[in-house]
Amino acid sequence: MNIQNLKTDFLVIGGGTAGTMAGIKAKQANPDADVLILEKANIRRSGAIAMGMDGVNTAVIPGNSTPEQYVREITIANDGILNQRSVYQTGRWGYEVIQELESWGVKFQKDHEGNYDLKQVHRVGKYVLPMPEGKDLKKILTRQVKRHKVRVTNRVMATRVMVKDGRAIGAVGFDVRKGDFVVIQAKAVVLCTGACGRLGLPASGYLYGTYENPTNAGDGYSMAYHAGAELTNIECFQINPLIKDYNGPACAYVASPFGAYTANAEGNRFINCDYWSGQMMLETWKELNSGKGPVHLKMYHLDDDTISEIERVLWANERPSRERFHEGRKENYRTHGVEMNISEIGLCSGHSASGVWVNEKAETTVPGLYAAGDMASVPHNYMIGAFVSGRLSGINAMEYVQGVKHIEPDPDFLEAEKARIYAPLNRPDGVPHTQVEYKLRRYVNDYLQPPKSPTNMDIGLAAFERYHDTLDLMGARDPHELMRCMEVHFIRDCAEMAARASLYRKESRWGLYHYRLDYPDKNDEEWFCHANLKKGENGEMEMFKREVAPYIVDVNLDQEVYDVAVR
Amino acid sequence: MALTTQRVDVPVIVDESKCLEKCTACIEVCPLDVLVKNPETGKAYMKYDECWFCLPCEKECPTNAITVQIPFLLR
Ligand SMILES: Cc1cc2nc3c(=O)[nH]c(=O)nc-3n(C[C@H](O)[C@H](O)[C@H](O)COP(=O)(O)OP(=O)(O)OC[C@H]3O[C@@H](n4cnc5c(N)ncnc54)[C@H](O)[C@@H]3O)c2cc1C
Ligand code: SF4
Ligand code: SF4
Repeated sequence: MNIQNLKTDFLVIGGGTAGTMAGIKAKQANPDADVLILEKANIRRSGAIAMGMDGVNTAVIPGNSTPEQYVREITIANDGILNQRSVYQTGRWGYEVIQELESWGVKFQKDHEGNYDLKQVHRVGKYVLPMPEGKDLKKILTRQVKRHKVRVTNRVMATRVMVKDGRAIGAVGFDVRKGDFVVIQAKAVVLCTGACGRLGLPASGYLYGTYENPTNAGDGYSMAYHAGAELTNIECFQINPLIKDYNGPACAYVASPFGAYTANAEGNRFINCDYWSGQMMLETWKELNSGKGPVHLKMYHLDDDTISEIERVLWANERPSRERFHEGRKENYRTHGVEMNISEIGLCSGHSASGVWVNEKAETTVPGLYAAGDMASVPHNYMIGAFVSGRLSGINAMEYVQGVKHIEPDPDFLEAEKARIYAPLNRPDGVPHTQVEYKLRRYVNDYLQPPKSPTNMDIGLAAFERYHDTLDLMGARDPHELMRCMEVHFIRDCAEMAARASLYRKESRWGLYHYRLDYPDKNDEEWFCHANLKKGENGEMEMFKREVAPYIVDVNLDQEVYDVAVR
Repeated sequence: MALTTQRVDVPVIVDESKCLEKCTACIEVCPLDVLVKNPETGKAYMKYDECWFCLPCEKECPTNAITVQIPFLLR
């Protein structure tokens, strides 16, 4: 096996939405610094926005809304548990991000007067900005990465952040095609590896038929954990209302401004807002359990031109294969509702709140280690939040690296990590990663899918702990299979975190995301706080409470309850 | 461990008559890295059944040689 030793000032792990922006902003802040993006795939078409996006979900545009209004809405939607200062950043900098993207050639929808054409999808306020021509977003970002002279190493997967003297000093990984062991020394590191999209098992049974890009297997959650960083709100799962079997967005955010809505089998509304929240998911779950299911996205009452316009957007961007899915089943929006289902669970702060603890500078609790995008806990952050947090990490890391020196990694650490990574190659006849992953994720469904019950979760937790031994049975025959094996390690870590955090918070909150049958009510007296976790001194996972930071925008949560049920 | 090989229907189909020997466009862009060249024929094919039906391979193919189907279990 070959060994590659690399050195950079600022290492960006994951060149998706947040990562490309982190690299660009770091170079803008200091053109003389060396910035390296390490990417498991190829940044040209990687991550959640590989095929672009059909809209911005969290656009705070002057004249339409203010950062304060945005913070208010997210505070209410997230049942009060958040660091308002980091959510504020998304509102504060989103407009600049959109303008910069536009200057690079990204197109956003405008009205006939040339103003951004915002739509209301949230309960209160207009934050959705359509991007009917958003399909080339990633190609445009890649061009800017090159133009800013950010270095890129594609097809190398990071497996661990290196920590020494209490700070992040680089990362380790391997080339998923050639198999080389890669060691990168850096003065600062940002993790931008996206969601944990392969936690629960999709109802189809297809491991990669997920909502998230399945390349995002919770890598960053696990790497941050092993680096000693705190994670938070892990029990606030990501659960989405998705096209049944296809398991992708239908997508109400595009269609509802045209008059589409979510309905039960009788064609009646049961929620008055299609914005994704735990409360909305709980209403969907109740409807499905009331005998009035299945639920569907209803468009068949709209006129032909309107439906054609919706189709044009949905079939060109984001998840363009929706078209052939419907075609294959001979379904048409003009005659059929789009049958919807409740997804398996995942972790993602882009949609809910589960992530690595960060402050308003995108710093984790480990000096020199930053986190951005879906894996950093800034609730409901979506795409613009990923760009903003990537930007913050790049700018702040450039300040941090001033005067910081490279540190030689610990040889024992490198040997141990090398042994861990390559072990499956020594067992070419070991159990294939597909079977090991399938069983692990089926356990996640069996024991963690809400509503949550304590004994179930105890059994699940025991199974995840035992699964260390099962990981040791996995065999691989080439570097590609090795990549999948290492992802299964990440998924196991995330499953254990999800079980422990859910057992720890003894109340219900965030609608279906953390609905416990043994504690069905919210209990602000004991649980108006973050539930954080980290790796303890003895290597065990530790849970503890963290206070919610004082609000910078006043919200009276007793009066303002997020309720979207139609009664 | 005792192993056996199972047949699976894979979602990506390559029309070999259109696939260019010198091209690797689809292989480079696939986020799951599941496409490779057959060393004997120089044609691309899906080696691993791990597909997000996301379509970059199909969109970036210069000769329209690729068809991505919805994976059988979801279709
Ligand atoms: C189907 C879908 C539809 C969506 N629709 C919308 C929408 O309409 N509007 C909106 O605002 N938001 C939407 N979102 C959310 C938005 O896309 C995400 O919040 C945002 O793109 C997340 O950015 P990220 O940088 O965290 O992750 P990504 O952009 O996914 O980037 C993660 C990157 O890390 C790489 N990576 C992963 N692990 C490793 C590793 N170990 N080593 C190296 N690299 C690694 C991946 O290959 C990838 O390139 C949608 C998301 C999905 C999945
Ligand atoms: S559809 Fe996407 S995941 Fe499947 S082969 Fe093509 S690029 Fe790869
Ligand atoms: S992009 Fe098309 S022509 Fe090029 S290798 Fe792939 S299938 Fe062949």
